[in-house]
Amino acid sequence: MAAASPVLELDARLPGRHDALKILGLDIFRAAQIQPFLAGGEISDRLDFLRADRIFVSGAAAEWLGLKKGDALSIQVGLRVISLRVAGTLGDGRRQRFAVVDLGAAQAIFARPGVLNRIDLRLRPGADPQRLAGRLGSELPPGTLVERPEGDAERTGALSRAYRVNLNVLALVALFTGGLLVFSAQALAVVRRRSQLALLRALGMTRRALVAMLLAESAVVGAVGALGGIALGHATAAIVLRRFGAELGAGYFRGLEPTLVLDMPALALFFSAGVLAAVLGSLAPALEAARARAASALKSGDEERVLERLRPAWPGLAVLLVGAVLTQVGPVRGLPFFGYAAIALLLIGTVILMPGIAVLCFRVVPLLGPLPARIGLAQLRGAPGQTGVSLAAIVAAVSLMVSMAIMVTSFRRSLDEWLERVLPADLYLRTGAGSDTAFLSPAEQRVIAALPGVVRVEFLRSQRLFVAPDKPPITLLARAVEAEGRVPPLLGAAYVRKPGDPPAAWVSEIASNVYGWQPGAVIELPIGGRQGRFTVAGVWRDYARQQGAVLIERYEYVRTTGDANANDAALWLAPGADQASLSREIEGRVAGGANLEIAGPGEIRSLSLKIFDRTFAVTYALEAVAVIIGLLGLSSGFGALALARRREFGMLRHLGMTRRQIGAMLAAQGLLVSAIGLGVGLALGWLISLVLIHVVNRQSFHWGMDLHLPWQLLAEFVAVMLALATLTAVASGRQAMSGDVVGAVKEDW
Amino acid sequence: MRPVGFLISAALGLFTPGALAAEDYAQVRPGVALQFPRDHGSHPRFRNEWWYITGWLRTSGGGELGMQVTFFRNRPRIAEEISSRFAPRQLLFAHAALADPEAGRLLHDQRAARAGFGLAEAAEGRTDVAIGDWSLRQTDGGYAAEVAARDFRYALRFDSKQPPLLQGERGFSRKGPGAAQASYYYSRPRLRVSGSVVIQGRELEVSGEAWLDHEWSSEPLAQEAVGWDWIGINLSDGGALMAFRVRARDGGSFWAGGAVRGADGRVRILKPGEVRFEPLRRWRSPRTGAEYPVSVRVHAGALILELEPLMDDQELDARASTGTIYWEGAVRARQGEKAQGRGYLELTGYWKPLGL
Repeated sequence: MAAASPVLELDARLPGRHDALKILGLDIFRAAQIQPFLAGGEISDRLDFLRADRIFVSGAAAEWLGLKKGDALSIQVGLRVISLRVAGTLGDGRRQRFAVVDLGAAQAIFARPGVLNRIDLRLRPGADPQRLAGRLGSELPPGTLVERPEGDAERTGALSRAYRVNLNVLALVALFTGGLLVFSAQALAVVRRRSQLALLRALGMTRRALVAMLLAESAVVGAVGALGGIALGHATAAIVLRRFGAELGAGYFRGLEPTLVLDMPALALFFSAGVLAAVLGSLAPALEAARARAASALKSGDEERVLERLRPAWPGLAVLLVGAVLTQVGPVRGLPFFGYAAIALLLIGTVILMPGIAVLCFRVVPLLGPLPARIGLAQLRGAPGQTGVSLAAIVAAVSLMVSMAIMVTSFRRSLDEWLERVLPADLYLRTGAGSDTAFLSPAEQRVIAALPGVVRVEFLRSQRLFVAPDKPPITLLARAVEAEGRVPPLLGAAYVRKPGDPPAAWVSEIASNVYGWQPGAVIELPIGGRQGRFTVAGVWRDYARQQGAVLIERYEYVRTTGDANANDAALWLAPGADQASLSREIEGRVAGGANLEIAGPGEIRSLSLKIFDRTFAVTYALEAVAVIIGLLGLSSGFGALALARRREFGMLRHLGMTRRQIGAMLAAQGLLVSAIGLGVGLALGWLISLVLIHVVNRQSFHWGMDLHLPWQLLAEFVAVMLALATLTAVASGRQAMSGDVVGAVKEDW
Repeated sequence: MRPVGFLISAALGLFTPGALAAEDYAQVRPGVALQFPRDHGSHPRFRNEWWYITGWLRTSGGGELGMQVTFFRNRPRIAEEISSRFAPRQLLFAHAALADPEAGRLLHDQRAARAGFGLAEAAEGRTDVAIGDWSLRQTDGGYAAEVAARDFRYALRFDSKQPPLLQGERGFSRKGPGAAQASYYYSRPRLRVSGSVVIQGRELEVSGEAWLDHEWSSEPLAQEAVGWDWIGINLSDGGALMAFRVRARDGGSFWAGGAVRGADGRVRILKPGEVRFEPLRRWRSPRTGAEYPVSVRVHAGALILELEPLMDDQELDARASTGTIYWEGAVRARQGEKAQGRGYLELTGYWKPLGL
């Protein structure tokens, strides 16, 4: 050991704010041997590091709180507010928000005499950290870890890794849909230019050169698009970071100052993905154009043959089957790779099957209705291949949008129902979430219990416990459970304790998932410096604590630790008691009562749902993007189709069809095609949502939820999409309809 | 004492009767007899205290080294009502240096810690002060010091047959005209040194002669004082000389004093007018730009000695512990051509005015 620095590290509640400030109580002499940055920044009076009423803040914290040297910083301890003078700022390159006080002062201010929760060690050169960690680990009380500084970063990284990977996958989804868009546009472009390409072949261009030319065209398109997309994405990210900060609502990135980082490898990856999507999109059509015999390709009307190759059904079915099988595979390093792969395969399989499905549907729909509709349907039946590509685009966009909508709705409804069950009391007092320093002392608890209008009160104490060294800490909750009949609603069967079993503990669904705790098992929790043994009496759903939670009886907790403080109180009021007057009573009778957060269950529910919506705002945004891309794909598909059929329209016009009737025909075709696309998309979306709910979410975040289908939302969506698709079809045909009739027919060479 | 500190501890009910109450610093007064062995130890109610050994060492190969080790205790009088065991009631600092002419500049290191937990302590009743693995302890007939620094290590024994030399008026040593500008101060010159020094991995057996100062006080230097010059010379005739002057802002002497002990043990305390420091040659530090008079002629009563340093660059940067930079160097004393003794010269307050 070269140096050891004792630390008391706490998240202190700042009155009036929701975020806590991390405060490190340090022995400056020892800490300076380990963290040299403590010698930097503006520090004028060295003794200020030792004074009990002074505090040093990091540069990032000073900016966040608007503090400069000499200002007062208020911190809540218990329910009281303590003021410390800012004696200087610390230079720290990592842009983290924290503050430093003297260790002795910290132990006194935060009423933790004799307590340390961290010791930083610096080893002599050549010392073996692993062996030292092993030796130390056996001497330290249970519930402590020995780890390298990277361990903390790794744990935090692992925490948010599933979340970040999820976001990246959502982004890739948008890319995939974009790729389909490119495929549809390129396929139809190539088809349209088939005669020109055949001419080039006839003039002597080799097949290889032709393919290369087409691929190069789409590569250029892809490159330009990718660059533009990267620039736009970068700008959007900068704006969002500045407006909303790094905290997306899931709680992973609190207390960080976000800076926009250009991740060159990732950007390069996305750039090449964009180019690749474009190139792949035109690969099949390019190969087809090259392979066709020049002579027959020169003649017009040969576009149909291109898309015949997509006819057989078995490749698509095989892909669907593999996708279904992959859903059964477990997570890899905590990430649901096979789940994502299964979704991708389901999507690809369905897209491959689309032309076949289209043909089937066109044959099944009867030839009824007004004349334009019948002509349109007949045309579709005769040349179904052309619509296959547009259908693929609609199906991809719709299914992804629908699956995400179903998942988010299921989650939201499950959360709402859970909130109803888990907030049975009339009023909730909280000393401040996410901080270690605010609490209700026993005296204050007695005052609250004796308030007029309060029939029953339940106090909750929460703490963080390290159960496994490689996993983030879980939350320990201690309140009255069985005596008050307040066992949480359980998933699955309860385990009835036999006499002689260790005391009961109820574990949350997430904790059960992560640590494998099942009802009936005996687990060890490091409470009060010892390993306490508990029997798992049941598993309950918990959406509030993302790393897992364990509930034990409060009397067990107080008996083991001697800690009679509480964090939260739930009050049941007498009939007729009024929340507003009770809030005033609390502020009046309890010293520091103004620092309590008082909320009714309704407020808590709406706040929770607001946080949920904010967390999923990114998902909503990406859904919207997917829909827009789908629509664009649709419109480009129809547009290209209409252009290709100019001669046909000209012929029909010659035969006497009015423009309006052609418009009606286009509308009918658009309606039918998009109806098929929507139908398949809805079914596929439902399947994908099942994978998302039961595989991806469970493996990434260990969330469980019940399936709820947002019927109203889906119905509205379907109606809007049908209308939009029909309009698109008509609008894209407008060009063709208004053209010179004679000239259109002449183009036959 | 800051009023806010009182409010905090009162509000949290932490005022425990056993803790050292925030009383004033103890004052240095004339006429108080120093008692040994008690006064060898720490005096925690005073603001500043130090145990300070300087010496000349001879290696078995014939080379010469200067050594210095100093342990400081400071009572900052902040956070004294806080009952936490980490409260910074006493701060301990240590400097250690080796002057090796082959290196050309001082090898030095420093330590700083708050007293507590047995990891850094200054005991009362006998000299026993330690910070981590650095220590100075009283033994039968002398002292033992151990230092493990970044670039060097030493473990030395200092033996003395003579009683402590009380400076000033039986230990009450004035530092200025004011009644309170004084310290309790005694020296132990002519300590016989033996032990080993490790420099750059080489272990050397050494022997030599050293000088120990132990001084404690509460009153800072007078406002007009910016620093002091001090010498402690073991004379070749068996006696010892200590002389100092406190410098004023204009560079002249604000106060002076000293003591001469003859080979027979008789002590003569020098009056302020009998001590004069005359700079002969100055040296400018390339690192800090401070200019030190590294060679001086000292008039101390009847003695006139010219002092030449072992090497010029013996500047000690102690900013990380006590926040000062000073010059502390091994010097040879001569009278004309004749060598008269060896000891140390300390020059403080040349970089910035010293705020004690």
